[in-house]
Amino acid sequence: MKQTRRVFLKGTGAAGTVALAIAAGLLKPGQVLAAEWNKAAFEAKTTADALKDISASGAAKSADILIKTPDIAENGAVVPVEVTSKIPGTTDIAILAEQNANPLIAEFTLASGAEGFVSTRIKMAKTSNVTVVVKAGGKVYTASKEVKVTIGGCGG
Amino acid sequence: MAEPMKIRAQMQGDTADVKVLMNHIMETGLRKDAKTGQMIPAHFIQHVDVTVGGRTVLEAQWGYAVAKNPFLGFKVKGAKAGEKIVVNWVDNKGDKRTDEATIA
Repeated sequence: MKQTRRVFLKGTGAAGTVALAIAAGLLKPGQVLAAEWNKAAFEAKTTADALKDISASGAAKSADILIKTPDIAENGAVVPVEVTSKIPGTTDIAILAEQNANPLIAEFTLASGAEGFVSTRIKMAKTSNVTVVVKAGGKVYTASKEVKVTIGGCGG
Repeated sequence: MAEPMKIRAQMQGDTADVKVLMNHIMETGLRKDAKTGQMIPAHFIQHVDVTVGGRTVLEAQWGYAVAKNPFLGFKVKGAKAGEKIVVNWVDNKGDKRTDEATIA
């Protein structure tokens, strides 16, 4: 008789834990917001896939996109990138590092007088091309620049 | 709780030069904890939006590889000194932060 009671208590205890875990899972914030984040594009493993997911395939090379980065980045964790697009009507600027596990880093949408200029700092896994994709007037343009990354090096 | 951002906005001719420095760990989810050997879960800003005088001028979606304590610089043509600039971010855990400054 006593043993059955013990088994019963154990059983309810376990069930209670599961219920708590589910409740905790349901209460986790941010899941609704995550849905509108372009998950497919940011988790794409190749530049080509990422570009497809932000509908920027078949971009034409353009000399009007200027990318300012250090030629050699000593620390891959902080690589300053400055993008200037001289293409009139620039609405979108995306930054990708081709050799990163997930190449797409950031996508900016500009409006209401914001100029074709974005400056930020990115992380790079290793030496790679930094590719910038610009959307302007329904067309897609691109430019690339190589950045050498020397993690743990003596500053080359 | 998220720490405040630093926002600086200055007029240069008819263009406002805006610089924002956010305080965020920006964890990629690819790093291991040196002590426990466990993967550190990703924690990073996903959405940023900026309004000047109530007009949305910039919206950004960020991935795993924006550097820690992100810096964001941009230029807004047609902005006026004295207009209010409001910056919002939301991260993948639902944390958010809004800060504002006045264009000088």
